[in-house]
Amino acid sequence: MADILKRTKALAVNPLKVSQPIGAALAFLGLRNALPMLHGSQGCTAFGKVFLVRHFREPIPLQTTAMDQVSTVMGADENVIEGLRTICEKSKPEIIGLPTTGLSETQGSDVRRLVREFRAAHPQFDHIAVVPVITPDYTGSLESGYALAVEAIIDALVKKSALAGRRHRQVNVLASSMLTPGDTESIKEWIEAFGLRPVLLPDIGDSLDGHLAEAETTPLTLGGTPKSEIESMGESIATLVIGRSLHRAADLLKARTGVPDFRFDHLLGLDACDAFTQMLATLSGQPVPAKIERHRAQLQDAMVDTHFMTGFTRVALALDPDMLLAFGEFLSGVGAEVIAAVAPARADALSDVHCAAVQIGDLEDLERLAQMAGAQLLVSNSHAAPIAARLGIPLLRAGFPQYDFVGGYARAWVGYRAARQTLFDLANLILGQHHDIPAYRSIYRSDSDIAQADAGLVRH
Amino acid sequence: MKATEIAALFNEPACSHNAKEKSGCARPKPGATAGGCSFDGAQIALLPVADVAHIVHGPIACAGSSWDNRGTRSSGPTLYKTGMTTDLTEQDVIMGRGEKRLFHAIKQAVDDHAPAAVFVYATCVTALIGDDMEAVCKAATQHFGVPVVPVDCAGFYGTKNLGNRIAGEAMFRHVIGTREPDPVPEAAICKLGPGIKVHDISLIGEYNIAGEFWHVAPLFDELGLRILSTLSGDARYREVQTMHRAEASMVVCAKALLNVARKIEETWGVPYFEGSFYGVADMSHALREFTRLLNDPDLTARTEALIAREEARADAALAPWRERLRGKRALLYTGGVKSWSVVSALQDLGMEVVATGTKKSTEEDKARIREIMGPDANMIEDGSPKGLLNAYKDLRADILIAGGRNLYTALKARIPFLDINQEREFGYAGYTGMTELARQLALTMESPVWDKVRRPSPWAQTKTAGTPMVV
Repeated sequence: MADILKRTKALAVNPLKVSQPIGAALAFLGLRNALPMLHGSQGCTAFGKVFLVRHFREPIPLQTTAMDQVSTVMGADENVIEGLRTICEKSKPEIIGLPTTGLSETQGSDVRRLVREFRAAHPQFDHIAVVPVITPDYTGSLESGYALAVEAIIDALVKKSALAGRRHRQVNVLASSMLTPGDTESIKEWIEAFGLRPVLLPDIGDSLDGHLAEAETTPLTLGGTPKSEIESMGESIATLVIGRSLHRAADLLKARTGVPDFRFDHLLGLDACDAFTQMLATLSGQPVPAKIERHRAQLQDAMVDTHFMTGFTRVALALDPDMLLAFGEFLSGVGAEVIAAVAPARADALSDVHCAAVQIGDLEDLERLAQMAGAQLLVSNSHAAPIAARLGIPLLRAGFPQYDFVGGYARAWVGYRAARQTLFDLANLILGQHHDIPAYRSIYRSDSDIAQADAGLVRH
Repeated sequence: MKATEIAALFNEPACSHNAKEKSGCARPKPGATAGGCSFDGAQIALLPVADVAHIVHGPIACAGSSWDNRGTRSSGPTLYKTGMTTDLTEQDVIMGRGEKRLFHAIKQAVDDHAPAAVFVYATCVTALIGDDMEAVCKAATQHFGVPVVPVDCAGFYGTKNLGNRIAGEAMFRHVIGTREPDPVPEAAICKLGPGIKVHDISLIGEYNIAGEFWHVAPLFDELGLRILSTLSGDARYREVQTMHRAEASMVVCAKALLNVARKIEETWGVPYFEGSFYGVADMSHALREFTRLLNDPDLTARTEALIAREEARADAALAPWRERLRGKRALLYTGGVKSWSVVSALQDLGMEVVATGTKKSTEEDKARIREIMGPDANMIEDGSPKGLLNAYKDLRADILIAGGRNLYTALKARIPFLDINQEREFGYAGYTGMTELARQLALTMESPVWDKVRRPSPWAQTKTAGTPMVV
């Protein structure tokens, strides 16, 4: 049980937190032919867009209701209706996500009513799903905004039904914001290896994986979970929930459909992978494929090889709650010590993080805690790079945003192979920090000895 | 901010766009709008002031998504790179604790970082709940003995461009003219040699992206032109305070900060001109404009000598690049002033600019473009990815030069690209910056990857059934 230390400062310095609307937008970006439109001022969208573009190195479809001075004061209802209509007419999406922002929530906008009004006024767009979600930035963080959006998508698209198991090879996966496009890809392969058919919600691995496509430009998401697949989630044999942030969404899906669910905190490291593999074997009634056995053995080998480097390494983490829980467990599983943990906002997962205390705070807190406790390695987003430089220790980049590191979005953490690679990377970061003991010159040595050393001769 | 104050900011008599648009840019269209908000613009304009604590007053979205994402560089303090926000919570919003949190936040910033000043940026939520930022800043200034400057720039006020003006206005109202410049250091006078008079100048709208101004700064030093301050690349608070004592100023890039130049001229009689440091011709032109305004025959003579020397040097360095770039066709899509300033730089390199984007350009900018590119210059209004790609194809361009947001538009369409905006990593200004520009242009256009990614896969043509291989 970790103690949760409340935020005590008035000023957030070098923020760790990313806002809820961006998290919600990210979830919608994992749906096919979708377009999120943030209900706020145009800056809410512009910032979010740049943020996601820099992280994924992809064009990001994101629109805005463009609230201005007048509509902020006099009411922005018309902005929402007009925005929805414009997008329906111009871009013809299948799904429009409508996250709110601090601005529209403070103003008191009721997006659910506005969607009903839009429906009444424009029945010709009934085939286009509109999913409103309440995500002001003054609560939660990226992770909770994303989870709220997943819940809202289920609420809007999955009907009450009792058809569980009708598609007897289909398995639902609720994928938390901690999963990268590389991760969701691995999860799909993993499930398919057992002859099962995965439906991921959302599937950012299909939309934001970075692939050159035939279509040179599109106003909508390219890839992602199709609307029809989401509507069929009630017919699956099981739902696999990855990440505690999605428990509420999972509860809703289960209540709607009666599909049994199985919940995993994360899929990092040997134990978590074993549990997931076992579940797939049970669901499918098939033996574990030899290939997976081999990957498992390779991971075990790497664990042995790298334990010299990872063991006793003092690590400081600053991540969203789901990831904090995952990395804490993974790192302590290979002998490292988590000496500091910082989360941007409260969440249920935090009390189980493998660390004495979790500080709700920012990267300044990370820097202070890491320095106090003598951390040897940081795990956080790209913003922690200058901190790592100041502390003279390496940084393993994880979470959002990663703008100074190509391929960060694509890297997989889950599964046996990815865990192996993560161990290699950790080991190399730690090796790179290795300092030789400074040479000591005996006072009895002669000067010719120095001349020899300078000449570059090898001494034994 | 009151609607009348915003209207006043839109009224910019020195701007040729003024006659046409009193209400500012057209109202943004919901569902079909791109570009930043006023907060964005204000923050971008002032953030480069390096020794200031920049506090964003609002919940997390505004600072959380934008802090430390600009390429501006400082030669000294790096406080500006430290992201600061009051990160308001739901309770703060409901209970009206924003002002109190801000006051404590300012204290924390002052105690922990000893900034030269604190700039506080308003955001949508704090403007909407009615936090009296001006009063808090005033109280904090008295309380902590450090200047605390309110920048009232809620995002919903309007566009990024308006935000630039708001920022300029804040500097004019609260900072510029609050201190006299230091005397010129003895060491500098010794270095310049006898008989050279030092003139004070200022640069408005120069942001030192990727440190590019450091290509130019040594030339000003050599000529005896002391830059009292820039607004705001690599600037310090105490420098900005003295801008009113410049003998001449240059509006470098942002038309949006024209209001500052005009007001300084009206109040303190400092003449100004508009120019650019991109391209050999424009660089020389900028130096000549200063000599024109300063009216010092000795300076003029020395400037001409320096221009001759630098142009010769630049020509020599650029010769091999010009060879490689000659005749290449560029499609340029940038905002405002860059729509023409970069054109001249590309022409210097022997390239042909087949079209330039004019969405954010003023009438005067467009006139400039016609002057440089001829009366039939292609001007692109449609900056959508589709519009740009169509223009690229129709005009048979070899490269797209635009801001970072279009980077992936280009790469997805498998076409060479050069980033010209704020987030870029390379400096292109001045005589030496041109070589870097040329290198980057060649690097992308000559890359072998384009050919590889455009070629279909080997099996794409053989989809019809083939003959099984017999071993």
